[in-house]
Amino acid sequence: MWKFIAKRLVSMIPVLLGVTLIIYLIMSMAPGDPAKVILGEQATPEQIAELREEMGLNDPVLVQYGRYISGLVRGDMGESYNSGLPCQVEIFARFPNTLRLATVAVTISVILALPLGVLAAVKQNTLFDGISMVIALIGISMPVFWLGLLLILAFSLNLGWFPSSGSEGLRSMVLPAITLGFNHMASIARITRSSMLEVIRQDYIRTARAKGVSEKNVITKHALKNALIPTITVVGLQIGAMLGGSVMTESVFAWPGIGRLMVQSINKRDIPMVLGCVIMFSVSFSIINLIVDILYGFVDPRIKSQYK
Amino acid sequence: MSENTKNVNAAEIAAKYKKKSQTADIFRRLAKNKTAMIGLIVVILLLILALSADLLFDFEIDITKQNISDRLQAPSSDHIFGTDEMGRDIFKRVCYGAKYSLLISFVAATISLAIGLVFGAIAGYYGGWADMIIMRFMDVLLAIPGTLLAIAIVASLGTSIPNLIIALSVSGIPGFSRIVRSSVLTVRDAEYIEAAKAIGANDRIIIFGHVLPNGMAPLIVQSTLRIASVILTTAGLSFLGLGVPAPHPEWGAMLSNARSYIRDYSYMALFPGLAIMTTILCLNLLGDGLRDALDPRLK
Amino acid sequence: MSDKKYAVEINDLAVEFRTDDGIVKALNGLDLKIEEGKTLGLVGETGAGKTTTGLAILRLVPSPPGVIVGGSIKLNGEDIFSKTEHEMQALRGKAVSMIFQDPMTSLNPVMTVEEQIAEVIELHEDVNHKGAIEKAKEMLEMVGIPGERGTEYPHQFSGGMKQRVVIAIALACSPSLLIADEPTTALDVTIQAQVLEMMKELKVKYNTSMLMITHDLGIVAEICDTVSVIYGGRVVEHGSLDDVFNNTRHPYTEGLFRSLPNLDNRSEKLKPIKGLMPDPTNLPEGCTFYPRCDYAMEICKTVKPKKVYRNDEHYVECHLYDENNVKVGGLIGK
Repeated sequence: MWKFIAKRLVSMIPVLLGVTLIIYLIMSMAPGDPAKVILGEQATPEQIAELREEMGLNDPVLVQYGRYISGLVRGDMGESYNSGLPCQVEIFARFPNTLRLATVAVTISVILALPLGVLAAVKQNTLFDGISMVIALIGISMPVFWLGLLLILAFSLNLGWFPSSGSEGLRSMVLPAITLGFNHMASIARITRSSMLEVIRQDYIRTARAKGVSEKNVITKHALKNALIPTITVVGLQIGAMLGGSVMTESVFAWPGIGRLMVQSINKRDIPMVLGCVIMFSVSFSIINLIVDILYGFVDPRIKSQYK
Repeated sequence: MSENTKNVNAAEIAAKYKKKSQTADIFRRLAKNKTAMIGLIVVILLLILALSADLLFDFEIDITKQNISDRLQAPSSDHIFGTDEMGRDIFKRVCYGAKYSLLISFVAATISLAIGLVFGAIAGYYGGWADMIIMRFMDVLLAIPGTLLAIAIVASLGTSIPNLIIALSVSGIPGFSRIVRSSVLTVRDAEYIEAAKAIGANDRIIIFGHVLPNGMAPLIVQSTLRIASVILTTAGLSFLGLGVPAPHPEWGAMLSNARSYIRDYSYMALFPGLAIMTTILCLNLLGDGLRDALDPRLK
Repeated sequence: MSDKKYAVEINDLAVEFRTDDGIVKALNGLDLKIEEGKTLGLVGETGAGKTTTGLAILRLVPSPPGVIVGGSIKLNGEDIFSKTEHEMQALRGKAVSMIFQDPMTSLNPVMTVEEQIAEVIELHEDVNHKGAIEKAKEMLEMVGIPGERGTEYPHQFSGGMKQRVVIAIALACSPSLLIADEPTTALDVTIQAQVLEMMKELKVKYNTSMLMITHDLGIVAEICDTVSVIYGGRVVEHGSLDDVFNNTRHPYTEGLFRSLPNLDNRSEKLKPIKGLMPDPTNLPEGCTFYPRCDYAMEICKTVKPKKVYRNDEHYVECHLYDENNVKVGGLIGK
């Protein structure tokens, strides 16, 4: 097992290098001279040339990337064009908020979605199955930000139960967490149901029944673990979509995470800050995928034994 | 009974009960699925609406012209969806908005599909180094969450519809490449491909004539789902002010605008959202139906 | 006849599968009896209803779409259709076990092999988990697999070894009836012989009655005491091994033998049975075999044939015979 984890960790390094390179290249295509942005309109051409030299902007882009990466591994994300402060200060201050919101949303949606999907599959073609799958279908079809607006309208403006913005206390987390988690819950419930239905038809389920295993144990002991294998993959992939969703959610609820910071920085054309935020998101996603892969190894012995 | 006669029997039975071609069979199964048909019909209607938007409405007069005396009217018989803060009819703007969502998503999904086809086919068919390099590159693209990749591209290139399409196309490529590659891999070594090679078919004929038609099923499903996901991302980016710029009545942009008025004029936030949800819902119904029709085992 | 004890008695069993494409009549009044300690071979083509018969005895016909519409099944003299689901669970794996056709898919891929064997022991015997694992290892040894391999997962085993594990699960609680559904079809020929030999030995050791479902007449000749030939969901001919093999009566049974190669006379042409199994959603009104039968008569189209007994055991359902000519020697009396 340790070998498996180590191998996955090592294979993450080139991916992370590739990810940062692509994002760096994309962001360096931004029009406009950073030196001009920093110095403002009144700067003389000499001042701009001097700053360009100082910032290394005349070097080839790959050299600049190399410099960025060597800074990044030391925790240095460059200076914000806007505040002049190191980007990592603001990003690290805000990241825990994003993490907190996403963790709550993932946890609750998984806890709700698994039983829902399993029950819907076991009670296939009943009213329960029908209603849960209609809700799930609506869940995957609803834009995150619209759900957020509707929740604010209903529970904040009309009923006044929860605040519509901010991040103080548990109550302020309720609406953003539902907004972010609903879509996630819906897709997990759908995949759980369909993989359960697939598994229930397998021969080994018939073998279990022929052994005299009770229907409850057939589902919980035999079917569920097998059905979890495709579900885990989807949960992992969904978290990528969820990180995108957290940008919307944080904007709707003025949640002080890095998603909102990123949108604000885009509007201010603060390229290093945007770069830092996208990299932060992508690195988190890679780490989540690593965790998912390891979980996968635990659930599916066929994967584990490849690495023994 | 020998294995041989069993196979012959199976083939005969198949011929007896399945006289129709496979494609006809898929359509028959799809047509029997009511929810999928509803999805298909609504998607076709939306496409017609999107394509005829400029014939039905005049962009200057119906969509963008301010009409201060009519501003912020609740839904009524004159304006069934109400009017916005500039007095523009929300119903007309929502209808016209179909043009952005559907055309952008179809174009972006088609570009992703085309590029994904080329990369996936090369990777799967030739294998070796080509496969290595292409698929490692796709892994890297996949490691960046799609919406964020699109946001990064738009943030760097600037907000415009062509830039939006570029952004949305790029993030769709890895998904298609992977599907194409894996279906190429499953059929590449099949006996009928060897037979095609034996009678002198070249690579191009084999890839486009034999390998791809056999991998169509998952591609069709992926295309439907991709279009849905592009519509959602377009709306999301526009909502953040990074997508279709004002005064174009893109649904997400309309919702972004409606935010400021949500306390007193909540209807403004209702209809564009419903439009997005209906579109996505129908695409999902169609996608589910297609998947079931292509994989009858899962009934 | 009345003093014989039967491990299983099936009378007039009818099972339907109700699908979107119509009602499939899988079993249409099937009769079947297995004497205690004896082995019955259930022979027929794919789709004749063999597996459905096996699953019906466990009351595990998948539902939906399967529905048992009539008849009765007695297991050791007790009617299983009057039992609750809970009582059935106590019987499955204990009184009756089933070995399934495909060992590759019959084992749970995420459970160790010994856990899968121990599960059935723990369910039906008064042992704790540790004791059950202990006994599971013994069972593994008995089917010829080293006990220490029990902690491995099914994907680490070959096809033949997986089938041994499946057999170990089936025999773990010494059931009085073992249903073996084409247990060797998915295996290599050399492994087939080993597995069959092992089943024969274990059957003697535990005095188990057995229902051997197969389309391989060679296996029947080797292992079975009595034979039932199934066609279109009915037993069309039944008798002792000698009756059915040497005094064949039904044209379908005859057809099965004729489609086998004859080692003594290799120049003889094989005669496969013409045509296909009837469409199970639309069975012929009279004898289900008449469209393919070389001896079909007018009456066969409309009237279902009744059982005609040649001796206490041997009967045939065919219009060619009545009480008088059935006992006359030779093949078909025409």
